[in-house]
Amino acid sequence: MSLFTESFITTLFLGAIAAGMPLLLAGLGEQLSEKAGVLNIGLEGMMLAGAYAGFVVAWSTGSMGLGFVGGAAAGALVASLMVLFCVRLGLNQIVIGIALTLLVEGLTALLHYVQFSRSYPRLDGITTWPIWPLSRIPLIGPILFDQNLVVYFGLALVAGFAWIYRMTHLGSALQAAGDKPAALDVAGVDVFRIRSLAVLTTGALAGLGGAFMSVAAAGVFVPFMTHGNGFIAIVLAMLARGRPLWVLGGAFLFGGCLSLTTALQVAGVNVPTDVIQMLPFATVMLVLLIAGRKASLPQALGESFVRGAR
Amino acid sequence: MNNQQTVAPTALRKATKPAGGGGWVWALGISIGPLLAALALGGLVLLAMGVNPFTYYGYVVHRAILSQMGLEATLTRMGPLLLIAASLIVAFRAGIWNLGGDGQFLLAAVAVAAATPAMLTAGVPVWVNLAIGLVIGAAVGALWGVLPALLKAWQGINEIITTMMMSFLGVSFANVLVKLLFLDPTTTTPQTATLPVEARLPRLFGTTVSSGLIIGIVVVIAVHLMMTRTAFGMRLRLVGASPRAAVHAGLSVPRLTIAVFTISAALAGLSGAVDILGTQGNVRADWNPAYSLTVVPLVFLARLNGVGSIAYVFMFSALTIGGESAARKLGVPSFFSLVIVALLLITLGLAEYMDKRRQDRARH
Repeated sequence: MSLFTESFITTLFLGAIAAGMPLLLAGLGEQLSEKAGVLNIGLEGMMLAGAYAGFVVAWSTGSMGLGFVGGAAAGALVASLMVLFCVRLGLNQIVIGIALTLLVEGLTALLHYVQFSRSYPRLDGITTWPIWPLSRIPLIGPILFDQNLVVYFGLALVAGFAWIYRMTHLGSALQAAGDKPAALDVAGVDVFRIRSLAVLTTGALAGLGGAFMSVAAAGVFVPFMTHGNGFIAIVLAMLARGRPLWVLGGAFLFGGCLSLTTALQVAGVNVPTDVIQMLPFATVMLVLLIAGRKASLPQALGESFVRGAR
Repeated sequence: MNNQQTVAPTALRKATKPAGGGGWVWALGISIGPLLAALALGGLVLLAMGVNPFTYYGYVVHRAILSQMGLEATLTRMGPLLLIAASLIVAFRAGIWNLGGDGQFLLAAVAVAAATPAMLTAGVPVWVNLAIGLVIGAAVGALWGVLPALLKAWQGINEIITTMMMSFLGVSFANVLVKLLFLDPTTTTPQTATLPVEARLPRLFGTTVSSGLIIGIVVVIAVHLMMTRTAFGMRLRLVGASPRAAVHAGLSVPRLTIAVFTISAALAGLSGAVDILGTQGNVRADWNPAYSLTVVPLVFLARLNGVGSIAYVFMFSALTIGGESAARKLGVPSFFSLVIVALLLITLGLAEYMDKRRQDRARH
């Protein structure tokens, strides 16, 4: 079949990575928060903050790298509010999560309007970091080894988290903070500190994912551009049951799903944009229908920890 | 996800009895305080944008409440918003997070906008047409709530996520329907066929206020009475307060969960129907007022009290009507009302926290 040309396959896989990367980063972050017992519904807001800040920094400094740093910082900033309200003060995580998402949606749209009015400036070409000589391998080379630095970072992170969860003291502390915070407290570990650390890292990762979206994948910031990606990342984290490798698989499955339609459009098959936008959500619902029962979450998820309370 | 414990939304409105002397001052402060604080914080945002907050708020009040046209628009918009509030109150009181109201609303709106003009041209009398339209809206809304309901009832899957997913799905699907299936061939703007003004919900007492307002008020009060005065409502609240206790009391939690979802989603759908039949008349492509999430803080402010929510819905309705007018006049995009709503949720949470602290202190 003529559809499966080399260019089609390259478009498909490059698209899968571009669309899957934000999900991977945010999903890994959410997994970390959930392990520590914080259901981070504000993930969408953290991504969007990262997308906005990343774009603005990259646009004004002309540096993609600084854009990514800015995006991560913005995500962490939103997360610090989550830490203050949910971890420290013990407010309802769901309410605050929704509030933060709405707040970032409103604020970034306002800020974008103040700065750019109704224009949407584009960033210049995307720089990649080819890993020579691997980047010269036909087909695989350009897809896997001629990528943005963030892509390599995200892949390394999967291994890094898997190692932390399985091999380190920090990993078991995280697990305990999510399953039995009181026990962790008795063991002399500061539950608040573990949870705060987890949520801040989540924010930074989600922010980086958002920045990847605006800076590397789209090259432009549009208000509300994360369009539910944060919520999809939450589903990925739920289905992955604490395993980073599953988040990776899920993220690129969704990325591929999104990019398949784009690749089809490139190949000349006309698919309306609204149908494309439905696809990831339809997939999530389908996956939940089939595998939902297997999804699992920590025992004390969503419960704020109060020292000495029974 | 069997071992999962979602925090019930009801957790937010625990214990409101003021303790000790000066209790009513405190109670008043706790309910008005978050509102004032949110408006003040919003004022800071306006300042940062180079807009005088007093000018802005003054303009909003002037346009949305003090001018007759604005007041009528504000009251008209209250209809759909009150139905959304009723939808959320049923769900939240039963401990279920139906956050998919936007999808339920919009799909219902599209279905009603597609069906009612067609039925009218086919010769269906206006009143029958309107009644069928309302039923279609409620049915489509309920239909869109089925899947999250079943997933929650049978597999215990967190409904926050599933309703959100269905909402995104529904909004896109509604767009597909408008653009590909129900496009009005007689105009160049991508929209559904328009229901003539004389075939819409009647207006009240010679004003432009739609009788959707009456539907909204009646339903929200009915929901309030159902939740507080009937055995069914009592069972729902028991499920919300403690699913485990409800099981021990011999209640079928899955069946009640599905019932709650159906009612809540049907009300969100009814809201879409009322907005179309009363105000919009058609659905334009990419139209999504996204009422649902913004009403969440309002029902919390009203402590999930249906009657109390009417006042807050009025306030919010005025804020959005005035805000839309201010967007043109003062250059503050209508996203600003989103910021206010978010700030309101946060200040509300902080007020709850302070209230709880005060009670803890009083107990010791």
